[in-house]
Amino acid sequence: MPHPAEHVQIDILRSQLGQVRGLGAARAGAGHWWSQRLTALALVPLTLWFICAAIRLEGASRANIAGWLHAPVPLVLMLCLIAATFRHLELGLRVVIEDYVHQNPARLTLLLGQRVICILLALFCFAATLELGL
Amino acid sequence: MTDVRDALMVGRSSDGKLVRRPLSPHLQVYRWPVSMALSISHRVTGVGLGIGTLLLTWWLVAAATSDAAFAAVQGFLASWLGVLLLLLWAAALIFHLFTGIRHLVWDAGYGFDDHVYRITGWGVVAVTAAVILIVWIIGLVVW
Repeated sequence: MPHPAEHVQIDILRSQLGQVRGLGAARAGAGHWWSQRLTALALVPLTLWFICAAIRLEGASRANIAGWLHAPVPLVLMLCLIAATFRHLELGLRVVIEDYVHQNPARLTLLLGQRVICILLALFCFAATLELGL
Repeated sequence: MTDVRDALMVGRSSDGKLVRRPLSPHLQVYRWPVSMALSISHRVTGVGLGIGTLLLTWWLVAAATSDAAFAAVQGFLASWLGVLLLLLWAAALIFHLFTGIRHLVWDAGYGFDDHVYRITGWGVVAVTAAVILIVWIIGLVVW
């Protein structure tokens, strides 16, 4: 007779349950991990550059901003910053939601919603930057 | 076992016996080491910076749209709430940057020794505080 505290009763076939519920590896974890790190690495210099640029642009007019983005280097760096920022944000928010929101309507809504918002914001930023710089 | 999700909380110990997995982290039980506080702050600032991208998008789109739209965003950024948000945004960005670099070093396989862990943790706190102060001062002086 096992000790009551050590005795664990299993009345569910775990592997079959896991299959039905779609649990287990999604086969996309390594891609997510790698993409998160690559964007992080790119954002280290881009963020430092953007902090300096933001300070220099304090009180700038629309013409100043357009003039600044008209040169190829700031324009390309800005586009890189936007791409890396929103990709990194989308991956990070996804992990946070997956970790803390467990009830399904809310979970799926947030996971899809944050992705849509990240993509839309990135496109808005791309469009505005190109409009100003080109 | 009434909730089917309990089935996921069952594992085998090294001698093959079925055991309930312990649930971790025990936030109410642990003493808070610096790394734990930095880890959760990294997430909090990450989400905060995500919300901050709304401000960046508003600024860029307004600048690309019209003088009136741009005057509105500049007016908001010059208000006390706008300045406060910009200062917090800069602080969150710098903090997330340095804790993020610490994460990248771990990903490369370094810095896991107990004493190194604590040194880099407090080092990040010190560097972050210093850089935030410098950026705030330069930002406010230029403004």
